[in-house]
Amino acid sequence: MFKIVKKRTLAPIIKEIEVEVPEIARKAKPGQFVIVRVDERGERIPLTIVDYDRCRGIITLVFQEVGTSTKKLGRLNEGDYIADIVGPLGNPTELKRYGTVVCIGGGVGISAIYPVARALKEYGNYVISIIGARTSELLILEDEVRSVSNELYITTDDGSKGRKGFTTDVLKDLIAEGRHIDLVYAVGPTIMMKVVADVTRPYKIKTIVSLNPIMVDGSGMCGACRVRIGGQVKFACIDGPEFDAHLVDFDELLARLRMYKEEEKLSLELYEKRVKAHET
Amino acid sequence: MKREIVKKAVPIRKLSIEERRTTFKEVVLGYSEEEAIAEAKRCLQCSNPPCVKACPLHIDIPGFIKLIAEGKFDEALAKVKEKNEFPAITGRVCPQELLCQKVCTLGKIGDPVSIGKLERFIGDYELKRGLRAPKVKAKSGKKVAVIGSGPAGLMVAVELAKLGHKVTIFEALHKPGGVLTYGVPNFRLPKDVVEAYINYVKDLGVEIKVDSVIGRLYTIDELLKVYDAVFIGTGAGTPKFLGVPGENLNGIYSANEFLIRVNLMKANEFPNYDTPIKVGERVAVIGGGNVAMDAARVALRLGAKEVTVIYRRTEAEMPARREEIENAKEEGVKFVFLAQPVEFIGDESGWVKKVKCVRMKLGEPDETGRRRPIPIPGSELLVDVDTVVIAIGARVNPLIQRTCPGLEVRRDGTIVTDERGRTSIKRVYAAGDVVTGAATVIEALAAGREVAETIHEDLTKSA
Repeated sequence: MFKIVKKRTLAPIIKEIEVEVPEIARKAKPGQFVIVRVDERGERIPLTIVDYDRCRGIITLVFQEVGTSTKKLGRLNEGDYIADIVGPLGNPTELKRYGTVVCIGGGVGISAIYPVARALKEYGNYVISIIGARTSELLILEDEVRSVSNELYITTDDGSKGRKGFTTDVLKDLIAEGRHIDLVYAVGPTIMMKVVADVTRPYKIKTIVSLNPIMVDGSGMCGACRVRIGGQVKFACIDGPEFDAHLVDFDELLARLRMYKEEEKLSLELYEKRVKAHET
Repeated sequence: MKREIVKKAVPIRKLSIEERRTTFKEVVLGYSEEEAIAEAKRCLQCSNPPCVKACPLHIDIPGFIKLIAEGKFDEALAKVKEKNEFPAITGRVCPQELLCQKVCTLGKIGDPVSIGKLERFIGDYELKRGLRAPKVKAKSGKKVAVIGSGPAGLMVAVELAKLGHKVTIFEALHKPGGVLTYGVPNFRLPKDVVEAYINYVKDLGVEIKVDSVIGRLYTIDELLKVYDAVFIGTGAGTPKFLGVPGENLNGIYSANEFLIRVNLMKANEFPNYDTPIKVGERVAVIGGGNVAMDAARVALRLGAKEVTVIYRRTEAEMPARREEIENAKEEGVKFVFLAQPVEFIGDESGWVKKVKCVRMKLGEPDETGRRRPIPIPGSELLVDVDTVVIAIGARVNPLIQRTCPGLEVRRDGTIVTDERGRTSIKRVYAAGDVVTGAATVIEALAAGREVAETIHEDLTKSA
């Protein structure tokens, strides 16, 4: 059982929690994730480690409430406990001085690029961050990302904040302006990562994405998270979650993410009914 | 008085087929006391018993059977426990027909003695009575880390705890038991049996830390700073895939994922439990081992109308236990032999719809002694499916090996040890599937017991 020591609402459906897990906090590195099982009946879901405080023994997680598990997690408050947290899992980001790096975060993916952008800056890189969301209300961690970036660009789909359009529009402009880019690091909706890969491919700009397939154990036992990378089948949990974006079969990943669409809907409806019954 | 020879074994009672198709209750019901005594009396009490030699744990089989025949169950139990701490598990999952029962003298003229069923009887007797942790030796002051809480890890932990060492087990999943928990379904090995033994291990003073993925949370080097010895018993838990086109289509599971979702995550109770599983009307299971039988029988219980096992050789070469093949057949599982998938064909939204197979014929025996399957060129077989489970075996998990550079491993990832279970790193030991590649529970238990002796020897030598 792991205690939530702090909770913050970043956007209407995006929450940030700090959890006491000293063993994981002492070992966590940027790019890694944990598997969370909220309660005894819960699923095992992967969440990126957004931050860690080794002294206080705390890790920070950010999640968007989209399904039963994340909604359950979102209902927990400071002082409540999470049944299981496993980690740190996955390979950490390869940190070094690349030169100029562009960190792209879409939606809740902004939380995943934050620790990486911060570390890359500490390694002496010139960090350009592009963060985007559907609308201004859903744009999270702007100040945090700004504080670890040399330049920050903001986009919203509806133009309610920053530039109207997608994060990839800014990336295209940077490339068109002739900016020298050594590395692009992108985390967000799979479709966004696919477009980022398509944008940088013709220019052969090294591009890393952190994939978010369905996982169960997170330690290489089940193969649910298998992805095709350059024609080879890899397990995102132990071989990833970061991969060379130009080698990822995004269409297959997009299809695999839809595997439980009906079940997710059914589960959520039932959960919300239960919550309502409980509240009235 | 001349002993009367009874050629027929006392039959074992099973759950009704109807219940088996719809519930996960245990199928084989076990002997009653009367039945067990009757079966035990069949044992010829050979003076040089071949069964003891064939048993990887070298249990005194005629000894404990004689005590059952005499109705001395406590003594029979003590006899078994001299060598095997987990009789209710091995009595259920051990392939006795290939070991002790294969060489049973009585088997030459009739049914061999049902040694496995008798072992299970005595194991269940202990569970009913309540497991009592034996007295452990005075504290040695030595600390041992055991990685993995499957059969090998549990055996090592129990043996070392009894000798007075402080043992901590690190388990990656949220529940201990390894393959006994996530792999073997409840209808073959009830989870309360596993849980009872886990509690017994804890009662011996062993600490079990779940949610702990070694290689990530701690490296072997870090453990060596805290513990006097480290035992790696992480098994062979990474699924193999066929490597054919279409294998990543939706609706295709590794057997591990399929079984983990049900056994560990209780997807069979979705949506009361949050983890879903997708089982369509027609399910194909690829493979011929025990795991394939388990997956096929789970699929039936999850409501599949038709479950077909596709195996590349014939029934005679199937590595699954006869008993489990029979159970699967009784429940309505169909078999297609001499066929090997070469492609999975999906619909436009990425769901598997057909398995395309090539027909096989049997050639010369291979290194395992089984006749090698050879594809028949130009042959083709299409099987309509909604769900596929790939159960063609497992490799060792590479996580520890990748994060422990000094550890000598073979090309397939298995850990190299000397004959006593010592790895290339001092104070680090390994046994079970992680050393041998995927094998059986009983072999892992036997290897675990042996390496526990090595560890104890090394610990006391260095003292």
